[in-house]
Amino acid sequence: MGFDLLPILLSTLIAGTPLVYAGLGELITERAGVLNMGVEGTMVTGAVVAFAVALTTGNLWLGVLAAMAAGALLSLLFAVLAISFRANQLAVGLAMTIFGTGLGSYLGRPYVGMALVQDATQAGGGLAQLPVIGPLFSAVHPLIWLSWILFAAVWYFLARSRAGLALRAVGEAPTSAHAIGYPVVRIRYWATLFGGAMSGIAGAYMSTVYASLWTEGLIAGRGWIAVALVVFATWRPERCIAGAYLFGGATMAQLFAQSAGIGLPSELMSALPYLATIVVLVLISRDASLMRLSVPASLGKPFNPQG
Amino acid sequence: MPLPETDPGRQFRLELRGISKSYPAVRANDRIDLTVAPGEIHAVVGENGAGKSTLMKIIYGMVRPDAGDVLWNGRETQISSPAEAQRLGIGMVFQHFALFDTLTVAENIALALPEKLPLKAVAARIVEVASRYGLPVDPGRHIYTMSVGERQRVEIIRSLLQKPGLLIMDEPTSVLTPQAVDTLFVTLRELAADGCSILYISHKLDEIRALCERATILRGGKVTGVCDPRRESSNAMARMMIGADIQAISSARTVSAGSERLAIHNLSLPASDPFGTTLSDISLSIRGGEVLGIAGVSGNGQQELLAALSGETMFADPQVITIDGKPAANLDPRQRRAIGLSSVPEDRLGRGAIPSLPLSENALLTNGGPDSVRGGFIRLDKVKAFAERCIAEFGVRGGTADSPAGSLSGGNLQKFIVGREILQAPGVLVVAQPTWGVDIGAAIAIRQAILDLRAKGAAVLVISEELDELFEIADRIAVIASGRLSPSVPRGRFDRDAIGLAMSGQFAAASNRSEASRVHSV
Repeated sequence: MGFDLLPILLSTLIAGTPLVYAGLGELITERAGVLNMGVEGTMVTGAVVAFAVALTTGNLWLGVLAAMAAGALLSLLFAVLAISFRANQLAVGLAMTIFGTGLGSYLGRPYVGMALVQDATQAGGGLAQLPVIGPLFSAVHPLIWLSWILFAAVWYFLARSRAGLALRAVGEAPTSAHAIGYPVVRIRYWATLFGGAMSGIAGAYMSTVYASLWTEGLIAGRGWIAVALVVFATWRPERCIAGAYLFGGATMAQLFAQSAGIGLPSELMSALPYLATIVVLVLISRDASLMRLSVPASLGKPFNPQG
Repeated sequence: MPLPETDPGRQFRLELRGISKSYPAVRANDRIDLTVAPGEIHAVVGENGAGKSTLMKIIYGMVRPDAGDVLWNGRETQISSPAEAQRLGIGMVFQHFALFDTLTVAENIALALPEKLPLKAVAARIVEVASRYGLPVDPGRHIYTMSVGERQRVEIIRSLLQKPGLLIMDEPTSVLTPQAVDTLFVTLRELAADGCSILYISHKLDEIRALCERATILRGGKVTGVCDPRRESSNAMARMMIGADIQAISSARTVSAGSERLAIHNLSLPASDPFGTTLSDISLSIRGGEVLGIAGVSGNGQQELLAALSGETMFADPQVITIDGKPAANLDPRQRRAIGLSSVPEDRLGRGAIPSLPLSENALLTNGGPDSVRGGFIRLDKVKAFAERCIAEFGVRGGTADSPAGSLSGGNLQKFIVGREILQAPGVLVVAQPTWGVDIGAAIAIRQAILDLRAKGAAVLVISEELDELFEIADRIAVIASGRLSPSVPRGRFDRDAIGLAMSGQFAAASNRSEASRVHSV
């Protein structure tokens, strides 16, 4: 039985992409000092909204946009409670996950068991007709290569742009940022809304591209993995995307292994990607001083501009 | 030179009229008037809690006054945010720096500039200003690798690049060596000569007399005097500042012949934290009836040394620290207390006390002997009585034995914590920054209590950034710099300049200097 490398790589990309979106979104949020534990719930809601809109309108992109809006809306609620009213960020985030998951189940009830029929080769539009790189666009879903653009943008934003510097400054020392004249609360709102919108896309990808259906338990803890990923990636986008694909690879390896008939219970096999990702990331982030230098110092702490 | 207020032709850079600001418990500013002329170095003097910080926050737009007017260059202005203040040309150098530890110097400064320059251009401007005012700094370095003095330099450069018309300096010398203070004054005088006004906030009267042309003195939120500090005596200014004469502390200067009570033998400790300091090869010995002072700029290993002594950091080799001859380095804080070592950490909330617990329970935390606990049950009446003794004997105001520790002001909590340790009459007391943030009267009381403890035969180690304090109470002074401890110098050979040199790590130069001065004085 010969393994072909290309399908493995391709399926790794397919399985890792939702974590790229959710992870990079949460990374931006946390870099501003806001810990939003509601990623899982936001992904569930995003998945249902995207599925419903794509099914009704027949347009995948309207579904993705709707999921972004839904994700941003949920994180706006989080931001009002956790940033403006300075409620405990952990508690509000956990509440948002419970709320988002419940909301998703409720909204998604009519859609259980329906299938979204779409032609993946058409999703990329005219790009597939391009010479040389055209086949790439037909083989890889646009949401996958858009996630690479997102990665590049996030990396550039944090490492090179003035706005990114301000965002990092706010996460590092909000009091100082306020003292030299930066609108800490507004920057934290935008970072949280961005994170919510990205979680929305991640959910949309799960229901419209990865599974092409909606069922409860579709997100299956990927939101939590995304939160863990950001921490173990020491808040760096390049490590975050590597971690996402590690998870993707492990997911696929596990599926291949199951189909090859390895005699382990399938429940255990399904848990492996989560375990493998966490173990590898923990090993990478063992260096305590690296963690100390990387963690946004104000992470999870409310900021009061009135002192 | 005539005082600016007598010169009607001149327009003030900044004028405050009747500024008032109340907080729920306290009237922080009460109808304060203040004027600053262009190019003037103006001191705002007062004790902790006199309202200096509130007033500066009002000028810098961080706090809004309840009443009163702010005039900037003669025009009435509302300063509603720090960004607004910067647009007007008001810069501020904070006491606890407003810098970002994990960013570089250039990034920190770029953040504060109104125009969006590339980092290279920012770096070039930093180097330009740095050489103009003699403030050497490397734009590419990360803040967390820098000493406190270097960080202050970054803050000053950051303010200067905004071309301020008024620069507010909040207690700028509390973190500097005496030599660095001189350098800072040269820079500030040059700035003033260029037309920049400077508001200099301090409680150190000698510095104000050396630097400032005018001083506004605050007490209890009110202006109690405006004077030319160069013509006033320190005593006259102190009277305006505290409302009474300063009483001297009395110390029976007996030569101690006690036996060694606390000793450290070749203690080395790698930093556990990238922001921390590595301690290397520290040795010291204190006899009963003796106070050893450790001077140094903060962040040079004081916290690590205190943690090693209190037992927060433990060592495998018990012989590294001995208390009354008993090996103690492998004991935890409770075990060390049991054999007679008490400690007062620098960090009052979190290490010294638990903010949400009442004072009585905070007292119990380090005083858990048979007096206060019997058969596993707390004797509430005894615990409360002990807390009330601390409150009464150390003049703790603003709280009773039932008030949570976090509700007290820093200075009052400090009095309580120091009192809690001293009243247990320890054989060895280790105390960091004993009078930090404490008003002058209470500071004298605390120093007196330390000397009384010494007279009873205890060994006391005082870690302090206030050289004057050490000169007052220490029998010997050693200097800590970059995690190394200099040899100690006995009273009588104290030399401010030599200690200053040692504080910047130049132990050899310092001891040469102190040798030389001894030869001259012979």
